[in-house]
Amino acid sequence: MKRRDLIKGFATVPVLGAFAYAWYKKRNYERYLKDNILEEIQLKATAPEVPSSGPMDKKIRLGLIGYGIRGKQLARAAGFAHPELIDSWIKSASENGSDNRYKEFLEQDDLNVVLNGVCDIFETYGHMAQEAGANIFREGGGGKMGPAPKRYHNYQDLINAEDIDAVIIATPDHWHGPMTIAAANAGKHVYVEKPMTWSVEETYEVRKAVQENNVVFQLGHQGRQTESYFKAKEAVDKGLLGKITLIEVTTNRNDPNGAWVYPIHEDANPNTIDWQQFIGQAPDHPFSLERFFRWRCWWDYSTGLSGDLLTHEFDAINQILGLGIPHAAVSSGGIYYFKDGRTVPDVLHTVYEYPHRGLSMVYSATLANNRKRGRVIMGHDASMELSSDLIIKADPRSTRYEAKIKEGIIDPALPLFTYSPGMQNVDAVTSPTEQYFAGRGLLYTHRGGKWVNTTHLHIKDWLNCIRNGGTTSCNIEQGFEEAIAAHMGTIAYKENRKVFWDADNERIV
Amino acid sequence: MMKYSNTQLSWLVILRIAIGWHFLYEGMVKLMNPNWSSVGFLLDSNGFLESFFYSLSSDPSLVYLIDLLNIWGLILIGLGLILGFLARPACIFGIILLSMYYLSHPPFAGLRYAVPSEGSYLIINKTLIELIALAVLFVFPSSSIVGIDRFIFKK
Repeated sequence: MKRRDLIKGFATVPVLGAFAYAWYKKRNYERYLKDNILEEIQLKATAPEVPSSGPMDKKIRLGLIGYGIRGKQLARAAGFAHPELIDSWIKSASENGSDNRYKEFLEQDDLNVVLNGVCDIFETYGHMAQEAGANIFREGGGGKMGPAPKRYHNYQDLINAEDIDAVIIATPDHWHGPMTIAAANAGKHVYVEKPMTWSVEETYEVRKAVQENNVVFQLGHQGRQTESYFKAKEAVDKGLLGKITLIEVTTNRNDPNGAWVYPIHEDANPNTIDWQQFIGQAPDHPFSLERFFRWRCWWDYSTGLSGDLLTHEFDAINQILGLGIPHAAVSSGGIYYFKDGRTVPDVLHTVYEYPHRGLSMVYSATLANNRKRGRVIMGHDASMELSSDLIIKADPRSTRYEAKIKEGIIDPALPLFTYSPGMQNVDAVTSPTEQYFAGRGLLYTHRGGKWVNTTHLHIKDWLNCIRNGGTTSCNIEQGFEEAIAAHMGTIAYKENRKVFWDADNERIV
Repeated sequence: MMKYSNTQLSWLVILRIAIGWHFLYEGMVKLMNPNWSSVGFLLDSNGFLESFFYSLSSDPSLVYLIDLLNIWGLILIGLGLILGFLARPACIFGIILLSMYYLSHPPFAGLRYAVPSEGSYLIINKTLIELIALAVLFVFPSSSIVGIDRFIFKK
């Protein structure tokens, strides 16, 4: 072989050397940045410690009150889906390969429960609830079914049934309190949807009934199970944000369903709905399909934005910061868009004051705009954005990070720390594209990042405490705080005044 | 065997190395990132082949295969182009890969993507230009003059 051939044949090999050198330099620089940041924040990017559950051998006999929109979701999260729903999932999955709802439902843990009783005051929903309860093999229409749960026309009978240990309550807000109290007094464990109560007085009575009867109580803030909130708490406890002075939480929705203008079922009429039982403690009103299906639009049955959506935000922050009941609240807003006869506002802002913590929490909502405003905790040294992901960005004027910002190690424009549940070995510093996908939830579709329904986990947590003791993640104390905070916001709005919490006497003044 | 002037040959080799470097780096970055997956890119697909790319993303084992093919395809094509080793087949495989990237995200009027693009494109984007450049390299081969192919294909 000629020398000339060798030179020309291998002429480009040194390029690989140059590549390797450039690669090495770049990796080293990135490693240097990452190590420096990790050393500063001392926060691991691995999954947070999530409470584990004990043995599930004892079968728990459930009763379900209310099989409307939320009742159906809760039944499903407990393992009971209506066969028609399963049919629709199967059909949808055959048309769209990435629709995994049926597959995920089949993979959902068996909670070792039996649905022995269901109660709904609308005939059609009552029957559907029975069909869902019988569907213990998770099959579609025409599939193998188990025994159907007994249908009750009155919640009292369900609560008093011998073969029911625990009840799930998913009714309109004005029934949460009375049903929880009745169930607790009958010694039944309770999972009740949020908000815990419709009126202030009930709030004390519910707490009393749950505590005196020593039943296991879970309030339906399934956000308590969100992995990123555990991580958020870790970050806050480590002081990464510095002194926190402001928390901004928001709700933006822009469609009739989001504004509670729910569809009216075609079978619904005065003969198929027990209207008197619906009214309960609410002011009497002639039969109204609108009020029955869209009850959230009237104070008579609902707690408006405060009870429905503010409570989720409040509870998320309460979980992370342990704020408790605010010292004071003011609210403003109005019915600006949905002039459909509703009495609850569609735009609402509530500000909570926590002078002893030196911070305010602002809740701001509109039901007629879909802009994403997110949920942000603002500290002197950093801001934390919270969704299913968690993003911490250093503040450009931070004292704590000042030196590292100057050295170019921390860039306030980029996340200091990100956490996306379901991702393994998450790097503290991730690329913008990765961030982008994380924000859209596209990263969890495969590989270890298994989707798990938070409502399912929340019910599981409740059942675990029934079986093995311990306290639920949204227990009666936290429920009490949630309900009082929501009522303070509502009273401030309705009475157009600043409302205070007299902590010594436990009274809203 | 093509006859080139020294200047022509130099620029062909430089173009080959530049594209090879880009392929190699794209492959290495994906190889070193344990969280990298093609799934986000596939799900962001738009245009007339959208449903095809969506369907690729639905099966985890298929996604795994696509990930492997991408990572090692990029690395091997990159090495082939830089070293001039089997450079013409490397051009062909490179064109196939790039056509997938192009067709899954065609810069046609009216299509929008989650991945922000760093320039302004209408129909022609840098992926397509790189693809065309590979076609040029295929038609004007240089690896049997400067490259390991000199020992394989010459004489």
